Formats: sequence, structure tokens, C-alpha cells
Amino acid sequence: MKRWINILCIVFFCSGNSFAQDDLMNMLDETAKPVTNFTIATFKSTRLVSGHSVETNAKGVLQFLIGHRFGRINSGWRDLFGIDNATIRTGFDYGLTDNLNIGVGRSSFQKTYDGTFKWRFLRQKSGAQNFPITATFVSNIYVDSREWANPDRENYFSSRLNYNHSLLLARKFGDVLSLQLMPTIIHRNLVKTKDDQNTIYAMGIGTSVRISGSLRLNAEFHYIPPGQISSKIGGEEVQNSFSIGVDLETGGHVFQLHLTNSRGMTERYLVGETTGRWINGDIHFGFNVSRVFTVRKPKEFK
Amino acid sequence: MKKITIITALLFLGFVGFAQNHITRTGTIQFFSETDIENIEAINNQVSSVINTENGEIVFSVLMKAFTFEKALMQEHFNEKYVESEKFPKAKFKGKVTNFSLSDLTEKPKEFSITGSLLIHGVTKEINESIMLSKNNKNLIIGTSTFTVKPEDYSIEIPSIVRGNISKTIEIKVKMDYEKMD
Repeated sequence: MKRWINILCIVFFCSGNSFAQDDLMNMLDETAKPVTNFTIATFKSTRLVSGHSVETNAKGVLQFLIGHRFGRINSGWRDLFGIDNATIRTGFDYGLTDNLNIGVGRSSFQKTYDGTFKWRFLRQKSGAQNFPITATFVSNIYVDSREWANPDRENYFSSRLNYNHSLLLARKFGDVLSLQLMPTIIHRNLVKTKDDQNTIYAMGIGTSVRISGSLRLNAEFHYIPPGQISSKIGGEEVQNSFSIGVDLETGGHVFQLHLTNSRGMTERYLVGETTGRWINGDIHFGFNVSRVFTVRKPKEFK
Repeated sequence: MKKITIITALLFLGFVGFAQNHITRTGTIQFFSETDIENIEAINNQVSSVINTENGEIVFSVLMKAFTFEKALMQEHFNEKYVESEKFPKAKFKGKVTNFSLSDLTEKPKEFSITGSLLIHGVTKEINESIMLSKNNKNLIIGTSTFTVKPEDYSIEIPSIVRGNISKTIEIKVKMDYEKMD
């Protein structure tokens, strides 16, 4: 027995002695502290198409985002298939931290100002720590600045306000496919009739498929369970919003081109204000252009 | 018999005693790309490396996601599209400092040549560069090296749309402070 221990000792020291470069590398890797690998680029932009994705701007990064939605493609040649009739939203989003963003924006659609609070509170990761999904909470407040529809009656400022709260849950599968679920609550302080609910519950689903390094295909769908909205808008019933688009990425820009049945460019207009029907050709062509500016550099570069 | 075993074991022990390693886990690698359009710089302060002071064998292990860029978007593109950090998380170097001798090192940096295989983005290339080595009064070994790599040598594809923004040769600066390993 003792002899075996001795032999083992010799073998052990022998092997210890024959450190080649590979052994040196193994020793370096094996004694290293395990690292956590955070999943990156679940989506290319902070927006899927019109609604938010789980992505946030990094700390100190200011994002300038311009969105355009043209009129309906089926509006005919006289309106150049909708090109004559564009709505625009411009906005800024800023990374207070890597996970906490704030933003402001203004849409020509319903002359609305919006404010955004966005918090990525869980991240998909592997390695030393594991977690299967990225989770982001996004909250918006909207101020409708149009003139009162009924100026004669007593109007309150609060009637101009609408809210959105969404929980975004996303997972990136490999490096090709990302999926996102978006349970969403829209609250409208003022609605047209008693049959319209002030608070609308909806469920969104989104996806992004990587075609190549700089090209992705995205889709976004919001389902509104029936019985929550009864009023028509412009004589049309409210529809579920469905959008598809592509992301084209260059250095500091992301161009997103899409087709959608929604005119608005934030959650509130996707859920409860969408009236286009894909089947009838009520499709809007649109695009987003985003540009990021590094306002505050990381500490290594100060 | 027992005596022989002990003697043999001691012999090997003694030998192991000589096989001294110096290590760092906080080495710095910076790289620079300079073009007319923009300059790109990245820094990684968590580079691991070991040098065997007995024979000059040296290895580096570099976590790609630990490179920090001035612009967060550059960092994402670097990891996602260029070096593909999910598939190839680490760059590695295995090699040897030629004619290394610990006793030759002084506080004044001395040039040595270093040869070995550099693995980036799943592609291995033999390289031959120079390294400046010195030793300070605390017995730390300090190594610095500057050399260049070409992304195309490591199958790193730069999309045509940003080809003007990224240099064909990337300058790499390495700085390591090795401590004696226990």
C-alpha cells in the first residue's frame, strides 16, 4: 500500500515536472475565476418595430430615433400609395445606467408627447451565473396636446393623459433567433363611451431572426382580448396590430424598414388605436432611423 | 527500495522547485485601429498569462468580452459580428521567449524574441515578435510588447459598408506585471 503511495507520488511529481505549454495553458484556465457570460444583441435596436424590445442603451449613450409611418398603401396613386400622408415621431432615449433608460418623444399622430421609463432588471446569462431570459419593464406616459374635442364642456388636463406598462420577456436562442413576450396594460383616462374600458389588457409577441451579421427580420404582434373596446375610430373597428420589418445596420446607425397596420409608433397606438386590416391592404410602409451618441465615455477612456 | 523511492521523489521535488511560474490575471491588452474616418481603441485589463521562468515558456488567455470600447455599440459589433465572442470566447497565445533567463533581467527592459501560436476567432497563426522584459525591485517581471495583426488573417470579416472605418492592420499593445506563483 505504502509503496503504491510512493509510486503515485513519483508519478504526480513527474507529471508536475513535464509542464509543457499546453499544461501551462490548462493551469491558467483551470485556476481562473469562472466568468458570467451575458447574452448580447438579443435585438438590434431598442425597438422591435414600433414597440420596445428588451434592449437598453448603455450608460452615457444618447439615442436619437426618428420614426416615419406613411399612409395606407391601398390609398391609391393620387396619394402615391400613402407616401403623401406621413406621421412622424422623433425621440431621445438616454442610458442613465446600462440597465436604466429614460426617454422623451413627440408624435405628429394625435400630437402626442411621451415620456419613457425603461428598466432592464434581469439579463440572460450563462457561465458562472445562469439565467434563461432577459426581462425589461417599460412604462410610458402620453400627453395628447390636440385641442379639446368638446371645448364647451369642462375639460381636465388629466383627460389628456394615457399610460402604458409592459413587461418584456425575451430569450435569444443560439445566435439566430430571439423571441419576446410583452404582456401589456394600457390605461386611458378618458374614453369615448361607457362600453370602452379605461384599462386594456393585451399580450404581445415579437421575434427577430438574424439573416446575416448586419441584417435581421423582425415581427411584432399585439393581441387584444375581445370585449374591451367598442368605439370605432374614424368609422373603423379597432384591430390587433401586426408589423414586420427588417433591421439594416451600418456603423452607428440602425435603419429599420417595415410594413404595419398601425399608424402610431408607440405601445399605446399599437394597442387600441390600430384600425388597419392587413387583409384589405390597409398597410403602412414605415421606417425608423436611430443614431447613437456617446455622451459620457466609459471610465477606461476618461 | 523505500529509500530509492524517497530519493527519486525528492529529486523530482527539487526539479519542480526550479520550475517556477510567474503569473498575472490583470494584464492589459489594448488595440488600436486608425483610419481617416475614425479611430477605434479598446482595452482589456483582465488578461491572464503565465511565464515559466525555468525555460521561458509563456501562455496568454484573453477573454474577448472583457474588451471595453469607448462606444458601447462598437463593443457590441466587435463581439457579435467581428470576433464572434459567443463562438470563440477567448484568444490564446502559446509560445516561448527565446534565450530567456531570469537572472539576466534587470530594471532596464531587455529585448527578447518570442515565438508561438496565436489563436483568434478560431484561427491559429504562428507569430514571431519581440517582447521587452524587465524585473523590478519587488521581483515582479514586467513584459511589454507591441505588434500588429491583420483581421483577415484570422478570418474576421469586415462588412463592406464599414470597411473604411476599420484599419487593415490592428496595432496591439501588451503590458503584463507577473508575480511569482506560490
